[in-house]
Amino acid sequence: MSSRKIKEFVGFAILRLATFLIFSALFIILYFISIRGIKVIDWQFLTQMPCEGMTAGGILPAILGTFYLTLCAICFALPLGVAAAIYLTEYARQGRLVRIIRIGINNLAGVPSIVFGLFGLGVFVKYFGFGISILSGGLTLGILILPTIIRASEEALLAVPKSFREASLALGTTKWQTIYRVVLPNAISGILTGSILGIGRAAGETAPILFTAVTFYSARLPNSIFSEVQALPYHIYALMTEGTHPESQVPIAYGTALVLLFLVLGVDLIAIIIRNRARRKKW
Amino acid sequence: MVIEVQNAKLKIQNRKEVKIDKDIKISIRNLNIWYANVQIIKNVNLDIEKNKVTAIIGPSGCGKSTLIKSINRMLDIIPEAKVNSTILLDGENIYNMDETLLRKRIGMVFQAPNPFPKSIFENVAYGLKIHKMFKNKEELYFKIKKALRQAALWDEVKDNLDKFALDLSGGQQQRLCIARCIAVEPEVILFDEPCSALDPIATAKIEELIENLKQSYTIIIVTHNMQQAARISDYTAFLYLGELVEFGPTERIFTTPQNKITEQYLTGKFG
Repeated sequence: MSSRKIKEFVGFAILRLATFLIFSALFIILYFISIRGIKVIDWQFLTQMPCEGMTAGGILPAILGTFYLTLCAICFALPLGVAAAIYLTEYARQGRLVRIIRIGINNLAGVPSIVFGLFGLGVFVKYFGFGISILSGGLTLGILILPTIIRASEEALLAVPKSFREASLALGTTKWQTIYRVVLPNAISGILTGSILGIGRAAGETAPILFTAVTFYSARLPNSIFSEVQALPYHIYALMTEGTHPESQVPIAYGTALVLLFLVLGVDLIAIIIRNRARRKKW
Repeated sequence: MVIEVQNAKLKIQNRKEVKIDKDIKISIRNLNIWYANVQIIKNVNLDIEKNKVTAIIGPSGCGKSTLIKSINRMLDIIPEAKVNSTILLDGENIYNMDETLLRKRIGMVFQAPNPFPKSIFENVAYGLKIHKMFKNKEELYFKIKKALRQAALWDEVKDNLDKFALDLSGGQQQRLCIARCIAVEPEVILFDEPCSALDPIATAKIEELIENLKQSYTIIIVTHNMQQAARISDYTAFLYLGELVEFGPTERIFTTPQNKITEQYLTGKFG
């Protein structure tokens, strides 16, 4: 073999190894959590309240809590993010102000999530007086995923060909009619895909809800958006750090982790399905 | 060469006084257009006669497309473009009109076919719905059928109006765009190099269609294809480096061009 060929072989081997390592990392996480978590998971685990000081019973309140928090975050962040993206791409004059706003939004994505938690505590819990509640936590998570939603929406809107807009405007439509009837319907799958990926991330976050929404244990299921809740990520944290019976708490923590993992992967799977559906019908 | 251009311009400006009494649909006065400080169109004066086909020809980059986009104010959506002109549609300044109503009266067909990613039916229905031009389903269907007939597409698609518009051939797509345009009953149709993306057979169909359309509409067509201008137009305007070099009846322009640059262009000395 010539030295050029050897170099090529070594180069490809390194690239192949890197890819394999990444894939195996995902596989190892799944395997590790699964074998430890699967033992405790059964129908009761998913549908019952915890009992005996968190050492037995199910995680229903945590599943529901994560669901409510995420739902609240979507209801807040999706309309707001899509509206901002429409304004930035379609209406705003592309100048310095828009550039500064974009930089601001990108920086928002880089803020550590615990900082969002403190912000939520100061603003939603205290200043607005929402208390430790689904509302406070949902709004905090919503702000966390706003940059993701705005960026995904902007990309989806910009991907709609200019010729569609021209065709519509040349027929005598207003700008809003063009956006509403031509641009949005063609961008919606991209917007949803990006947003769902953001939502998956929100469901797994602990820090933003730490001071704003969660409690270690609640005897009742939440009955309004002002209730405090249990949530899956925080439940894992609490089981591992609090309580006096680690031998019965640790398996429950792994079970909870497995449930959370499958929820997040499931959400991502939905995003992938939507994307593939939309791709088939592309212009 | 610059002097020649100026001479030609003078001739046209002298003539404009005489032409007023003809049946003028659109008159363009002192049209100047800048793109980010570069002047693209320089002091163009042009009268467009009703129910005739007026072709705008010239080498690429001479400002043909820019010129017709000023007529339905599509340049308004390009932030860098600045227009300074008086353009009269039936004697009324288009810059005093609501641009959506103006664009309903002056339709446009673009260079590349651009149907919406919807069904054939929905494509033609789009403008009708926007302008609320029907009272019931029967009337909507009737108007869509009429537009597709006029665009010479009806016979090819009548059995499957739900077909996805992007599955049509290029020529069919362009005729669908024409149907979509005439469905809203415009008075003028602007064609911006409508055949540049089409094969010769599809081109011939579109040309035949334009011939027929002029009975009901005033037509302005931009083309880089001189033969096409000669075949289908009644008047020809030759645009060079943003200036209107020569304008007159197509036959006269092609047989006895008065300006040397026009002659050189038409005989293929440059292009």
